[in-house]
Amino acid sequence: MNIHEYQTKELLKSFGVPVPDGRVADSDASAAIIAEEIGGERWVVKAQIHAGGRGKGGGVQLANSIDEVRRHADHIIGSRLITPQTPAAGKLVQRVLVESAQNITREFYLGLIIDRVCQRITLIASASGGMDIEEVAKTSPEKVVREAIDPAIGLPEFQCRKIAARIGLTGALMPQAVKLMRSLYRCFRDKDALMAEINPLAVVDGDRLLAVDAKMSFDGNAVHRYPEITSYRDFDEEDPKEVEATGHGLNYIALDGNVGCIVNGAGLAMATMDAITLHGGSPANFLDVGGGASPEKIANAFRIVRKDPNVKAILLNIFAGINRCDWVAEGVVQAMQKQAISEPVIVRLSGTNYELGQDILNKSGLPFINAADLDDAARKAVDAVNNL
Amino acid sequence: MSVFINKDSRVIYQGFTGQHATFHAEEAIKHGTNIVGGVTPGKGGATHLDRPVFDTVSDAVREAGADVSGIFVPPQFAADAILEAIEAGIKIIVVIADGIPVQDMVRVKRYVQGHDAVIFGPNTAGVITPEECKVGIMPASIYQPGRIGVVSRSGTLNYEAVAQMTARGHGQSTSVGIGGDPINGANFVDVLHAFNEDPDTDAVVLIGEIGGTQEVDAAEWAKNNMDKPVIGFIAGVSAPVGRRMGHAGAIISGEADTAVAKMNRMEELGVHVVRNPADIGETVDQVLKQKTTVHNSNKRVHGEPVES
Repeated sequence: MNIHEYQTKELLKSFGVPVPDGRVADSDASAAIIAEEIGGERWVVKAQIHAGGRGKGGGVQLANSIDEVRRHADHIIGSRLITPQTPAAGKLVQRVLVESAQNITREFYLGLIIDRVCQRITLIASASGGMDIEEVAKTSPEKVVREAIDPAIGLPEFQCRKIAARIGLTGALMPQAVKLMRSLYRCFRDKDALMAEINPLAVVDGDRLLAVDAKMSFDGNAVHRYPEITSYRDFDEEDPKEVEATGHGLNYIALDGNVGCIVNGAGLAMATMDAITLHGGSPANFLDVGGGASPEKIANAFRIVRKDPNVKAILLNIFAGINRCDWVAEGVVQAMQKQAISEPVIVRLSGTNYELGQDILNKSGLPFINAADLDDAARKAVDAVNNL
Repeated sequence: MSVFINKDSRVIYQGFTGQHATFHAEEAIKHGTNIVGGVTPGKGGATHLDRPVFDTVSDAVREAGADVSGIFVPPQFAADAILEAIEAGIKIIVVIADGIPVQDMVRVKRYVQGHDAVIFGPNTAGVITPEECKVGIMPASIYQPGRIGVVSRSGTLNYEAVAQMTARGHGQSTSVGIGGDPINGANFVDVLHAFNEDPDTDAVVLIGEIGGTQEVDAAEWAKNNMDKPVIGFIAGVSAPVGRRMGHAGAIISGEADTAVAKMNRMEELGVHVVRNPADIGETVDQVLKQKTTVHNSNKRVHGEPVES
């Protein structure tokens, strides 16, 4: 689960990470009031969307007067911001973060991830701050420092000093860096984060470390432990079909093809998409119905898949272990009867209660297309689209 | 023979009396699995499915000699159940739960170091040695005893591959699910290692997914250590970059993560790569025939140099 920059900073601040003075505004008037309250002579107005590269899209503006803060906020709020990380149509900006502008002398990168290879939380740091860290890692890997953290002892001070020294955070900056790294780690660990990134971590006014930009994401399987993190969720940033699917216990991801897919299990769902592609077709979505799917759940899956106007045929591929083909078949019948489905429906059932399921489908008299196996199903789905 | 579990395994289910565990324990018993009891805290002393219920895993180990555990508790409590099993001295721990917080597993992985225990999963359909022992949720009917080892991340794609193999008469020595999560117990290399040592496994089918380097690492290990053929498939050729495809681990975050890149690299390393998921059974068939031919021709040439 991703959260906004202003939320990340609020959270990091509560763990002792220094962040610029600032607050979020949802109108130009409140942006101006916030700027006045913060004081000073220069401010930044930053669009709050779940996508990086905001500066490149004009979503981060410097203001030298309160009036300029107001004008920038007015321009950004309500606009669609296009960045290298947004969809082509951009994302609607509903809020801006107003902060005091900083006098930055040096920029660093600091991040935490869960490294799949060493299977530990790993700290990543670099003296090349303010840039895309993946690009830095590709072009000059020697500039990226990595330290795996032993969960049994956490992040000890010596390890922080080691990292700080290697990226040049020395002298009076070193103790600040140690404290900041440990605060960031505590926040990451205590809130079950999956990713945290401070970029840039800046030296301001010559001698002070400050998290000028920050981003975090959290483990969807753990957020129920932290109501305050759950409350940060912004549904406007998510595909409404995906949100609805999650509500029904379905895992749905919209793609841009025209064969709607309803499958059990993530691996088989991907393999089904692959088989469609190999037959020259194009999947409209990834959809995993999970285990123990009730007839209602299957019918809901049909409804969600059919909300995509590009869908020209629907392929249902179920290899039931913990599922039951009879329940699935009942779901198919329910969907076809109640939803007036005009698209061709290709059904491949296998596994637990296969005979019962097939029997229900055969007796229904509905015009579904039966498929013998995965290959047959993919071919028939692609043929069905091509013959329309 | 087989790997990890067999007819002598003494299996318990943690979360034994729950609806889910009860159903799958019954299925496992029908399949011949030696389930010696189960654990449900607070219900120690009761009997369930004609078997004893224990309060703790330690009790089950001491009183019933348990050495394998299937973890059927809900994901938010699963890490604790795994730690309990490790501490009690269980040797094989199969974690069915889907949705365990990643950092919980980071701590579990740290704790298991130095203990004589192997974890499969989380988010696995389980491990099965056909007609001997089944710890998991897979439909037993599609498996048949044989000489092919199977290892996969995905459960249902494992069923798909196994059904294709069984339909062509190729049974399985053991089928192992390592689970779809980014932080998991045994990895592909660990399982290949076991299959390589098993005299009753002739070939291995390895089914992976986009994301991470586990499959390529396994192919590299196989190239350096294995004579047995490895047949491989990677799901997700059509998956978009940056979107998590259901499994927490299945996300393309770099070029090396894509299915095509992985399959190409595996092929270079000598794996028989299957490009179409519908051709897994067919490829196993061909590879085994090739293997027989090579063996026979080796016998014919009788030590003479072979023309290449």
